[in-house]
Amino acid sequence: MEPVGGFSLEYAPAPESVGPVRLASQYGLFIGGEMVEPAAGRMAATVNPATGEALAEVSVADVGDVERAVAAARAAWEGGWRDLPGAERAKYLYRVARLLQERAREFAVLETMDGGKPIRESRDLDIPLAAAHFFYYAGWADKLDYAFSGRGAAPLGVAAQVIPWNFPLLMAAWKLAPALACGNTAVIKPAPTTPLTALLLAEVLRDAGLPPGVVNIVTGDDATGAALVAHPGVDKVAFTGSTEVGRAIAAQVAGTGKRLTLELGGKAANIVFDDAALDQVTEGIVNGIYFNGGQVCCAGSRLLVQEAVADTVVGKLQRRMDTLRVGDPLDKNTDIGAINSQAQLDRITELVASGVAEGADLYTPECVLPASGFFHPPALFTNVSTAHRIAQEEIFGPVLSVLTFRTAEEAVAKANNTPYGLSAGIWTEKGSRILWMADRMQAGVVWANTFNRFDPASPFGGYRESGYGREGGRAGLLPYVELVV
Amino acid sequence: MSIRLSVNKTYKQFIGGAFERSESGRSYPVVGVGDQLLAHAVQGSRKDVRDAVAAARSAQEGWAGRTAYNRGQILYRVAEVMESRKDEFCAEVLRAGDGQTEAAAAEETAAAIDRWVWYTGWADKFATVLGGVNPVAGPYFNLSVPEPTGVVGIVAPDEPPLIPLVSRLAPVIVSGNTAVVLASERCPLVAITLAETLALSDVPSGVVSILTGHRGELVPPLAGHGAVDALDLTGCDADLDADAARQAAATITRVVSASAAERQWAHEAAQSPYLIDAFCETKTVWHPKGR
Repeated sequence: MEPVGGFSLEYAPAPESVGPVRLASQYGLFIGGEMVEPAAGRMAATVNPATGEALAEVSVADVGDVERAVAAARAAWEGGWRDLPGAERAKYLYRVARLLQERAREFAVLETMDGGKPIRESRDLDIPLAAAHFFYYAGWADKLDYAFSGRGAAPLGVAAQVIPWNFPLLMAAWKLAPALACGNTAVIKPAPTTPLTALLLAEVLRDAGLPPGVVNIVTGDDATGAALVAHPGVDKVAFTGSTEVGRAIAAQVAGTGKRLTLELGGKAANIVFDDAALDQVTEGIVNGIYFNGGQVCCAGSRLLVQEAVADTVVGKLQRRMDTLRVGDPLDKNTDIGAINSQAQLDRITELVASGVAEGADLYTPECVLPASGFFHPPALFTNVSTAHRIAQEEIFGPVLSVLTFRTAEEAVAKANNTPYGLSAGIWTEKGSRILWMADRMQAGVVWANTFNRFDPASPFGGYRESGYGREGGRAGLLPYVELVV
Repeated sequence: MSIRLSVNKTYKQFIGGAFERSESGRSYPVVGVGDQLLAHAVQGSRKDVRDAVAAARSAQEGWAGRTAYNRGQILYRVAEVMESRKDEFCAEVLRAGDGQTEAAAAEETAAAIDRWVWYTGWADKFATVLGGVNPVAGPYFNLSVPEPTGVVGIVAPDEPPLIPLVSRLAPVIVSGNTAVVLASERCPLVAITLAETLALSDVPSGVVSILTGHRGELVPPLAGHGAVDALDLTGCDADLDADAARQAAATITRVVSASAAERQWAHEAAQSPYLIDAFCETKTVWHPKGR
């Protein structure tokens, strides 16, 4: 950064201490309340994406391990969890929430080490929200009779849950908290690149006294997830991840009678009208696309700006991008951390190259990326056409495509011109226009004059090829119950 | 004594507000009690399915854009018109020949009419019951509302001929979805009489299309159609259900099927605001609070 008035605005490094984290060299599977060895003994390394170095060896569960986990979940369900009074289930979940809060620092540092997200985000968002989800759904456990008009709610049985790597602990909380609150037991499979906070959660669950088998955690690869989804002893499948895998899971579950919810990809429009408060807009756009390095299914990856202010907005955005700090995710001043894996970095790089090749103009601020690890600078494309791959495909990285529009009708048409429908942003000072636009967005979450806000009380999930079912709020109970007269 | 020949009805499909034969020109015999020929129903084709979906797609925004009060009045109008023709419905249910007594046919017809009345009242209430304000931990207004998912394909069960069809159709369209219905394959005629009722009840063209024919032929193009947002496969057997669900997976189309409780068609369990919800998307809108 340029010196201002003779003073340098460079920050001194402010790394978070890794002191609270005690890594084991090897991790087993959490089945029936115990950490057990995988039957075939297969292990795989989980890597710190900021350094490229292995953190630990983690078990790769095979079909037999999945069988054991589902059997443990079934036994726990039939052996008492389903008959436990809601008020007692609630107390277990409250305990989990409290234990997560107590060990929040440790979880935040571990999350950042294993996944590469800035410590500021894991500390201020991922971990507190995960605890809040357990706290929120704890309160529903003994109030299910009040949740659904004219209907009671019965648990389904064993839930199979497959979660992604972009919010590892938070996604585990989104899945486990409502499942358990409704009286189900669960087998959860963390993503291959981010298993460590889920395994630390196993300690929390044990410390909370949760009966063995109520939650089972099987780490592994795609085959592990496929085995879990396919297991005939599973009553419910919940998946968060790519639309491609979602399609395969839906096809696999077809005709089995298993209940299914999917939270899949997105290509959200973030729509800026000419009367919007442009400085707030700039912060909102940055938060929308560079939060978690854009590795967010609801990221505001398509900026639609009304023509009259397009140049102004892009100018402000470029100036703001120049100040973003890319680097060590454990540094408290870092805005954009590491990309989660080499594979993801390759995908981002390939799509950025396609944008350039298709004729869009690329802007990236000058920044020095760390010599090791997986990093990508914040990127901004102008001169983008709706047909470009960067305007159509989910990039899942810090890459923003800017398109323009003239009328509100055109903004609606362009915003909805994607197979996805997870989220949308609207920026305008005119209230009636916010409501008019919100009605027309084919999106499960609409952020008006804000972006990327999450709360356990607020339902989250998509329209169209972004999936079905909701997580969060009362709507988040529905995927885990059978309604009974 | 003079003899008057009765005038027999031609039962056509109902697509986009018009009664039409299949573009394929095919028909199939429909028999009732004692294997007596009742009529030749249209044997719909893949092309008919595509036409009906296109009609449903173009009608959807307008139907969802009606006020809830207006949709409620139109559903009530369906009940009114059915009531005025209830003898005809009874006779048709009876003729369909699934072994019903006259009393049972009258009961089924009455239950079907009452089901329209029941869903009428939900038009301007389901959003209140299913949605609401979420108390998020921050200075934001946060509201969740159920919205229609879009175009819904409904596969009606074979029997009984009338009440399941109404029980699955009414909750789909009350929220603003449009529907493409595959009628009972064995007893399709009363479904076409229902279509006539819909045409007389200010239900806009394309909001409901009703096709007749062979499920094995019509379900796959319906399930695999990219413009269909949700499927109700209540009328499919296990094999067809699995095939349709696999096809639906390609476009992440949600699949719904009646539970055992919901299949007690005349029972209260067969009607629920959560059947409306099953074909809705929850949309959540955030806005900051500030001075």
